[in-house]
Amino acid sequence: MHNEIFKEYESKLPMGIINDLKQRVPSNFSQAKLKKVLELACEEYELMKVDAGEAVGLLSAESIGEPGTQMTLNTFHFAGVAEMNVTTGLPRIIEILDCTKSLATPMMEIHLESPYNKGKEIKEFAESIKENRLKHIASEFTVNVAKAAVDVTLSQEKLTALKLTVPSVVKAIESMRGIVVKADGNIVTIKPKGKEEAINEVFKLKDKVKEIYISGVKGITQVLPIKKEEEFIIVTAGSNMKEVLQIEGVDAEKTITNDIIEIAQVLGVEAARQSVINEVKKVIDAQGLNVDLRHIMLVADTMTVTGNIKGLTRYGIVSEKASVLARASFETPLKHIIEASISGETDYLNSVVENVMLNQPVPVGTGLPGLVTKNNKKEEKAKYL
Amino acid sequence: MKKFDITKHSLVPKHAKLSDKEKKQLLEKYNITLNELPKILANDPAIKDLGLKNGDVVKIERISKTAGEYEYYRGVVNA
Repeated sequence: MHNEIFKEYESKLPMGIINDLKQRVPSNFSQAKLKKVLELACEEYELMKVDAGEAVGLLSAESIGEPGTQMTLNTFHFAGVAEMNVTTGLPRIIEILDCTKSLATPMMEIHLESPYNKGKEIKEFAESIKENRLKHIASEFTVNVAKAAVDVTLSQEKLTALKLTVPSVVKAIESMRGIVVKADGNIVTIKPKGKEEAINEVFKLKDKVKEIYISGVKGITQVLPIKKEEEFIIVTAGSNMKEVLQIEGVDAEKTITNDIIEIAQVLGVEAARQSVINEVKKVIDAQGLNVDLRHIMLVADTMTVTGNIKGLTRYGIVSEKASVLARASFETPLKHIIEASISGETDYLNSVVENVMLNQPVPVGTGLPGLVTKNNKKEEKAKYL
Repeated sequence: MKKFDITKHSLVPKHAKLSDKEKKQLLEKYNITLNELPKILANDPAIKDLGLKNGDVVKIERISKTAGEYEYYRGVVNA
């Protein structure tokens, strides 16, 4: 019976409030009483709504900016056991809101499927995800002057740990151009192709071959299996969402990265918006501060209106502003004014900043509505008759 | 290697196409034109399989901490 009444109010109240009430209202409540409660809830809800014309963006800016002054200015702090850096505090907030392309510390949280999430063979699994270059699996690089070649001694220990064989490593090395590879036991000889056997070429080659990609997921430089709320997950330094999601044994539904641009590319704008909110909230919570979630949601919505994720920079959402003066008031004013005068842009003075600059009432709050009068045509006619 | 359906990811809310009738009702309700809606690119990974084109409207069922569950709309534009 109650459910029907609740259904009536679904258009007037958000689902969150209705679900809250559903849980709290005792089942022996009479229908009349329930209706009264819901009416009251509606009344309160309407009162709490933001008024039309409220300068919500300004409020958000102040509400996020003020706690920002109290955040750590330190870029790094050490999290947990291993030497893994995490960007926190103000530098991280700036990184998120500016939508920086290359993060200082990209990270992933890889959730796992059973049995790995119980901690079984998790170390081996983590190692298999980590990117390995030749320098990681070799114990020695030497330049053989007589043969004009580079001798690489592979570490048997690491080969077995990564389930690699010498032929498979040789194959990976051969992907590099202009070289000849020969294997003898654990020693791989790499020779530059061509007749000239200049010895400085060989020295250059020695540095080059160190970076040859052998196995694992590209971009993941460190792995760290940790226990988080009864479940084992892998935290990584470096991020490669696209490839990690396809790995067998990874719980792709929960796996996340802190690189928002990468999320936008792999999962779409909506996921990117949610991840902006989550990441900003994470920083604010870690600093022991408190900002209403709605402010962050507004910022995240603004960053994603165009369908692409755009940072709060002069190349991002500021460049989308219609008004020339508003754009000029942010950064690089001369550039904007010169470009606008060359292309003959018109400023319609529809928004706030430009009107402040011209000392005019701004279209916010009480400055927003204009006067509306109804022309009573009959009376008007009667006057002239 | 498995193929992961990204619409199942915990960060991706449900996206659905709006019928023409619903689209008209929506624009009338908020007294706006199609251009004033927030946008989503036609090649966005979350709506790739819906086969949408320029001018369609997508309904997004967002889960939110403040409102529980609510609907958001985006107009599809070509990339």
